[in-house]
Formats: sequence, C-alpha cells, structure tokens
Amino acid sequence: MALDSKVPKGSIKDKWTDYKNHIDLVNPANKRHIDVIVVGTGLAGGSAAATLAELGYNVKAFAYQDSPRRAHSIAAQGGINAAKNYQGDGDSTYRLFYDTVKGGDYRSREANVYRLAEVSTNIIDQCVAQGVPFARDYGGLLDNRSFGGVLVSRTFYAKGQTGQQLLLGAYSAMNRQIARGKIEMFNRHEMLDVVIVDGKARGIIARNLITGEIERHSAHAVVVGSGGYGNVYFLSTNAMGSNATAAWKIHKKGAYFANPCYTQIHPTCIPRSGDYQSKLTLMSESLRNDGRIWVPKNMEDVMAIREGRKKPTDLSEDERDYYLERRYPAFGNLVPRDVASRAAKERCDAGYGVNATGEAVYLDFASAFERYGREQAKIHNITNPSDEKIYELGQAIVEAKYGNLFQMYEKIIDQNPYETPMMIYPAVHYTMGGVWVDYNLMTTIPGCYCIGEANFSDHGANRLGASALMQGLADGYFVLPYTIGDYLSTDIRTGKISTDSKEFEEAEKEVTERINFFVNNKGTKSVDYFHKKLGKVMWDKAGMSRNAQGLTEAMAEIKAIREEFWKDVSVPGTANEMNPELEKAGRVADFLELGELFAKDALMREESCGGHFREESAELDGPQKGEAKRNDEDFAFVAAWEYKGEPADAVLHKEELEFKDIELKQRSYK
Amino acid sequence: MNLTLKIWRQKDSKAKGQMVDYKVTDISEHMSFLEMMDVLNEQLVNSGEEPVAFDHDCREGICGMCSMYINGEAHGPDRGVTTCQLHMRMFKDGDTITIEPFRAAAFPVIKDLVVDRMAFERIQQAGGYISVNTSGNTQDANSIPISKHAADEAMDAATCIGCGACVASCKNSSAMLFVGAKVSQYALLPQGQVEAVDRVKNMVAQMDLEGFGNCTNTGACEVECPKGISLENIARMNREYLSATLKG
Ligand SMILES: Cc1cc2nc3c(=O)[nH]c(=O)nc-3n(C[C@H](O)[C@H](O)[C@H](O)COP(=O)(O)OP(=O)(O)OC[C@H]3O[C@@H](n4cnc5c(N)ncnc54)[C@H](O)[C@@H]3O)c2cc1C
Ligand code: SF4
Ligand code: FES
Repeated sequence: MALDSKVPKGSIKDKWTDYKNHIDLVNPANKRHIDVIVVGTGLAGGSAAATLAELGYNVKAFAYQDSPRRAHSIAAQGGINAAKNYQGDGDSTYRLFYDTVKGGDYRSREANVYRLAEVSTNIIDQCVAQGVPFARDYGGLLDNRSFGGVLVSRTFYAKGQTGQQLLLGAYSAMNRQIARGKIEMFNRHEMLDVVIVDGKARGIIARNLITGEIERHSAHAVVVGSGGYGNVYFLSTNAMGSNATAAWKIHKKGAYFANPCYTQIHPTCIPRSGDYQSKLTLMSESLRNDGRIWVPKNMEDVMAIREGRKKPTDLSEDERDYYLERRYPAFGNLVPRDVASRAAKERCDAGYGVNATGEAVYLDFASAFERYGREQAKIHNITNPSDEKIYELGQAIVEAKYGNLFQMYEKIIDQNPYETPMMIYPAVHYTMGGVWVDYNLMTTIPGCYCIGEANFSDHGANRLGASALMQGLADGYFVLPYTIGDYLSTDIRTGKISTDSKEFEEAEKEVTERINFFVNNKGTKSVDYFHKKLGKVMWDKAGMSRNAQGLTEAMAEIKAIREEFWKDVSVPGTANEMNPELEKAGRVADFLELGELFAKDALMREESCGGHFREESAELDGPQKGEAKRNDEDFAFVAAWEYKGEPADAVLHKEELEFKDIELKQRSYK
Repeated sequence: MNLTLKIWRQKDSKAKGQMVDYKVTDISEHMSFLEMMDVLNEQLVNSGEEPVAFDHDCREGICGMCSMYINGEAHGPDRGVTTCQLHMRMFKDGDTITIEPFRAAAFPVIKDLVVDRMAFERIQQAGGYISVNTSGNTQDANSIPISKHAADEAMDAATCIGCGACVASCKNSSAMLFVGAKVSQYALLPQGQVEAVDRVKNMVAQMDLEGFGNCTNTGACEVECPKGISLENIARMNREYLSATLKG
C-alpha cells in the first residue's frame, strides 16, 4: 500500500482552515447514533473523549489505572508551549512552527507541525476557561518561562506540575460528560486487541483488570491515545505501567509503525543508584533556565569528589567546566535535549562523571540564587545586603519556581539541593516514533486513529521541551474532533456494530489463548527478569549513541530473549482475578517485539538526526566537528514499517518529507 | 538491612483477609519503599507464590495510585511524601513493618493492598468541573486577570493527587480535605463562580451518599496529606456550603 499523508493543498497558512471548511460534518441528531472508543485518558485521550462527547458522540473511554486522572500525563512537570507572544519577544505561529521543525532535526511533516503551532494558542484559552491555575505574574497575567532549543519565552506552566493541572482540566471536562452519560468510563481495563470488520476498525477486546473478564466493545471508530513506549528500556521516566500494547496490537493488525528508533533521552534526570532501581525520575528541563551544568576541569578534582575528599562547592569557578556554555555559546545551557544529553555522555565517557558510577554531572543553582537575590534586595530596598541575605532571598525565588522538584530530589538522593548542586544524568524519557498517521490522525487501518505520544507525531527526530503536552491537547481538543467527523459522516446509517460477529469471536479467542498460555506456562523466571534484560540491550546498543555492529547484535539478542521469554516465563495466579504479573507479561511480550523493530529501524537509518545518533555519521572536521551529521539526500523520509510476522521481516514504506516553507539546514546551536 | 514485613493479604473483595509475615534481606537504604516491595514480589514469584498486589504507577508522587498504610500511617512515617516516595532510609535493620491497605467503608478492598476509590470519581462527577465546551473560540486567556495570590492559592488546592490518605488517616473516614481542595480551587478563581452554588451542594451531597464520615476537626488528614493540602480548604468549603444553602 502506498502511503498517502492526505495533506491538503494550498499554502501552509491556509491548509487547516480550508480543510475545516470543506470536510463533511455529521449533524447533531446523527452523532447520537455513533459510538467512538477512546483508549487512553491522558492529555490526548482525555481531551478527545471529552470533546467528542460534547459534540454528541457516544464515547467509551478506557484506562488501565483506576481513574482517568492518573494517566501518565499527570507527571509532566515543566510546561506547555503556545505561540501567544504575551511576552512580546517576537513569537509567532511561524516561529513556533520553525522551532519545532528545526528542533526535530527536519524529520517531521511540515503541514502537521504548522497546524499544531496554529492551534496552540487555543489550548491555553481553553485550559484557562476550565480553571487550570497557570502561574501568573503580579499584574495578574499569565507568566511564561523558556525551554531548550528556542530563543523566546512561550512556555506556560503551573509550578512544576503542569501536566497534572492540564490533565485535571481534561479530566474535569470528562467528568462533566460522564455525569451526563455521554462518556462511559472503563477504569482498570486494558485493551488487548483491535477488532477489524470489513477492513474497518470496529471495536476492541479489553480485559477487566479487577475480575479478569475478557470483554468485547464495539464502535464506529477506535482512537488510540495510549502514550509512548519508553519502557522498552525498562528504566525510563515513564510510569511503571506505561506500555506499547495498544499501539503494538493495532500495528499487528495493519497500522504501520513509524520511526521507532526516534527516542528522546532527557538530559536532566536523577542518576541511577543500584540494580534494584525500578524507574528514573526526571528533573524538569525548566531547571536549565536557572541551573548551570558542569563537571570539574581537572581529573584530580573528579577523583577527590568521588572519594569524598572534596565537595563540589569547594571548586572555584575556573576549576569548573561549564561544558555546554563552552561548546554552545549561543544557546548555552538551553541547547535542545539531544545535544545536552550527548554532551553529558561525552564528558562522562571521558571520565569526568561526578558520582560513584561515573554517570553524573552537576546542575548548579548558585548563580541563580545570587542573581535573584540581588534583584530581590533591590526590589525590597535592602542596601548592602550580606552574602547570606542575598542567598536567602534568591533561594526563596528558586523555591517558588521549582520547590516541588527540589523536594523530590532531596527525598530521593537525601541531599539538599539548595546547599549542594544537583547531580543529573540523561535517561529515556519520550518516544517521538509511534504509529504512523496521516494528516487526519488516521492510521493505515481505516477508522483507527492514533493521538498523543502514541503516534509518530509532530516532533520529527527530537521533541522540544513543553511540546508534548501541546501536541496531546491539540490532537484531542482541536484536531481529531474535526477529522474524525469527516470519516464518520459515512457511517450515519450503519447502526450499532454487533459484537457477535466472527471477527470479535476470533479476536477474543486469540486474546484468551495468550492469557491462558501465560498462566499455564509455569516457567522459572519472572517477567521483570526478561524486561530488565531487554532494557539493558536497548540501553547499551540502541541508547544515546548507536552503531551498525551494536544494532545488529541487539536484533539477535532481543530475538533470543524473546524466545527464552516464551519458554520460561513464570506468571503466578490465574486469569480470572486481578493479576498484575499477568498484565506485565502481556506488555513485556509486546516490548520484546517492538525492541527488535526499533533496532532494525535504527540500523536502517544510516544518518544521525535528533535523538538518533549513529556513530558512523558525525562531522569529522570544521566548526561542527563531532556534532551529529544528517543525510538529507538519502534519509529525509518517515520510515513506516508494515508488520509481517517476525519484527525482522517488517517491510519498510517511505513517506518522503518535503520542505517547502522551511529551508533544510544543519542545526547549529553554537 | 533485613526486615520482617506483616502484610495484609486478601484474595478478592469477598474473601476474608489476614496479615501474613514475610522476610526480606539485603535491603539497601537507598531503595524506595516500593522497590523493597518489588524485591519481595520477585522473591515470591521465584518461589511460585502469588506476589502482593498493590497500586502504583508514576512512582514519583504525582499520580496518586500508591496507597499503603504503613506502621499505622497513610503513606508511612515520612512527611510530605507518598508511599512511592518513601525511602528505606526511614527504617532500620531488624525492623518489623506492618503494611495494610487504606481502610474506609467507602474504599472497599479489591485485593491485598489495592482498594476501590471510585467514590472519589463520583464526587468529582457530581460537580468538579466548569461547564465549558471545547470550541476554539473561548475568550483570550489574558482577558481575565487573576491576582497572583488567588492563582497561587488555587494552585495549592489543585495539587491534591486524589490518593485518599486523608480518608484513611481520619478516624471518621471523612473525605472533607479531598472535597475541600477541589471546591476551593474553583471557589478561588473567577471562572468557578457561575456554578459555585450548585457545585458545593452537589459534591457534598455525593460525598455523604458515598458513606464518608463527618469531619470532627482532628486534623489528622492534614498531617498525612502528601501534598500539604491545608485545613483552610475545609473551612473554605464550609463557608461556601453555608452560603450556598442560604442562597437556596
Ligand atoms: C516525567 C515526565 C515529565 C514530562 N514533562 C513534560 C513537560 O513538561 N512538557 C511536555 O510537553 N511534555 C512532558 N512530558 C511528556 C508528556 O507528558 C507525554 O508525552 C504526554 O503526557 C503523553 O500523553 P498521552 O495522552 O499521549 O499519553 P499518557 O498520558 O501516557 O496516557 C496514556 C493513557 O493510555 C492508557 N493506556 C495505555 N495502554 C492502554 C491499554 N492497553 N488499554 C487501555 N488503556 C491504556 C493509560 O491508562 C493512560 O490513560 C513529560 C513526560 C514525563 C515522563
Ligand atoms: S487531600 Fe491530600 S491526602 Fe487527600 S486525596 Fe488529596 S492529596 Fe491525598
Ligand atoms: S505511584 Fe504515583 S503517586 Fe505513588
């Protein structure tokens, strides 16, 4: 099948408006007869479910947690972008569009990104109307901060809990529709397959996680907003339950999976401490607004710090290497994430890591305390303030901005980050790859849509900070509700979809057999054993830097782990009860397939772009020496993979990317 | 360190539960409490036994899934943290730790340490929202200035994670802190005014219907709340409720 991105004709500025003016609509009376399933209640799924229900469709929403409010979006800290230009610093729709395409290293679809930038301002208006308590300045207007990779302040935030507040906004909109009976909410339910009838997505098979019951649910369209697959690495900043199952199941039924190798390794996370580690914790990127990143200049100091003979605060300014400021004077500590992560790895690989594992760098707030302290002293007319006073005043400002993050850090590391610099190291955070969708957000299965982090999204090969929340809400509030109407307009006479068909029966049978296999297998190793093993291969061979040999090995190793898994996995308990090990087994089985496709995709892409760094493709000399080298000649395409059984047999389909409104350039943050 | 764990095991909502003793060894003080539970569960799986079911997801104190009652305290001995943020450095070698689910008539046990908090959902559905549709032509976000103070206060109330520790800590199993936080968030913002009267009445009515107890001002909820939601929110809800009932 040839890939058709369905991008409307016309100039980039008019595409979305023209499109909306010409699509078919479903009249309100008919919407009542149309059912839509939404899998996932994060920012993407939650906002979609609420909006579709407001429009009049009957929505069935699913989440594996006990409440829509607990979807992983809740954990987003730093903020959400919008081209409001409230700061008057030169922001515009075009600039947000440009920054996102450039930040994504020119591997995203222009028309989608432009639309995202265009609706971004509506998101903020909508959220404020819902009562989302964004941070405000003393004049009562909305405050902004800046994030990596851009030169304007366009990030809206609610302390360090922006995702929480936005999700609670979408959740409240859902609650209103649940109360009206327009959304039927299925908490503690996991989608385990999609059902396709006459070539169209017409329902899902879900497991009730309390009773273990397998249920059939039908609808006229299925929307998957199930989040990213970062947990393929076992350790990531994702929630423990974040998984790829829903996305992978639709892939196996015909939805192409795009750019699986585009993963974001976030530069500012708390370093790992031991083998028992179950997850990694992000320290929001917003901290890079005020924190400076460094390692000691001299090896003796590194050793002294590791052995506890010296403290970081003992080192003078010129004994420190602020390596981002040194290498990238224009953007300094605010370079995009992929660049910052690789730079940290470079220093740590060279031996300058500051903790026992050698995998940590400092994030230091001392200059921020001082800068804010002096400012405050002026504001409060304190003449000749002492150093302590300045520090105290500055600390209060930093606490107001990032208090919860500092507290989180202290609880985990048991060190006070107001007194000593934080230690950070990159960790897996976000997946730009995902299910391929066209301009309408429809997958290659008719009637099956994919939104939020689960789709291959608008972020190309690297996502800018504060843009995932924007994309999730744009998809759910403002894009999907239009585009799905165009599709559903042909379904107004279809009537209820029966769940008694052989298609539902077969899908249910497949799901049940797999569950029965797990509980009867009686192997000798836990699910986590395999998950950790997979994670290690992924991190070592498909992590921050990749090469052909490592990736080839990774494919073989993952296949071997998968085979061992199916022979020897142990899942205690039964199928007909709450059984968390069984849930994990199903998810890890899917990760074990996805991981191999990931490595295959990374092996195919013989260029470096964004988060995907191929050691074979770096600048050898000139001012950009050592930086990633893109190859637009051969790789300016989206790699969409078609499922053919074994992941190694997946077939590649290319969506060539055209850049009409932005000139392709080497990304430079120097 | 080596520890003895006394854990509530209950097969399902109908079964009768009991405390069961387990031993774990070589626990690092840097582990989180749930990582310690992972060690126990790995041990159980390896010996073919059913692991202990418990709710958790984000493991960074924000989703509100985790809900253990540890040594007689919701979320355990540390302050301002959820169970997932509790670290083993709070315990010492040789300790015996008692682990139970959050208990309340309105939170029935589903299995082991997992409880059903749907009552919270229904309270939110009764009025925890502002009735505004997604249209794309809502007024500009900066058209209503909101004082920084009000915005910050609303934000403080809005940080409630819906965990239920307040209910579990209260001898009356009252949900006033949770409901007070939600009512307060909207009461403090101009957007929330239009529906203020109905909201507080409906949410309180639903809370009573769910079988949560009365508030007798013991303040235990505030002490155990991992997000520092203050009693001021209960007072504000009471004022809102009173004025709503006076308005009829
Ligand atoms: C720690 C952290 C901080 C972040 N900070 C920021 C930030 O500051 N700014 C920013 O823009 N982005 C940030 N991000 C990224 C952003 O939060 C996510 O990309 C985004 O929230 C994803 O939203 P989503 O709706 O696509 O998926 P999620 O919020 O992950 O929701 C997934 C939903 O799918 C459901 N689900 C999954 N599988 C199934 C299944 N099989 N059956 C049924 N239901 C299922 C889940 O229950 C859940 O409801 C952060 C991410 C992390 C991890
Ligand atoms: S008020 Fe505090 S204890 Fe109660 S649900 Fe909210 S966060 Fe949990
Ligand atoms: S697991 Fe999310 S708050 Fe504890």
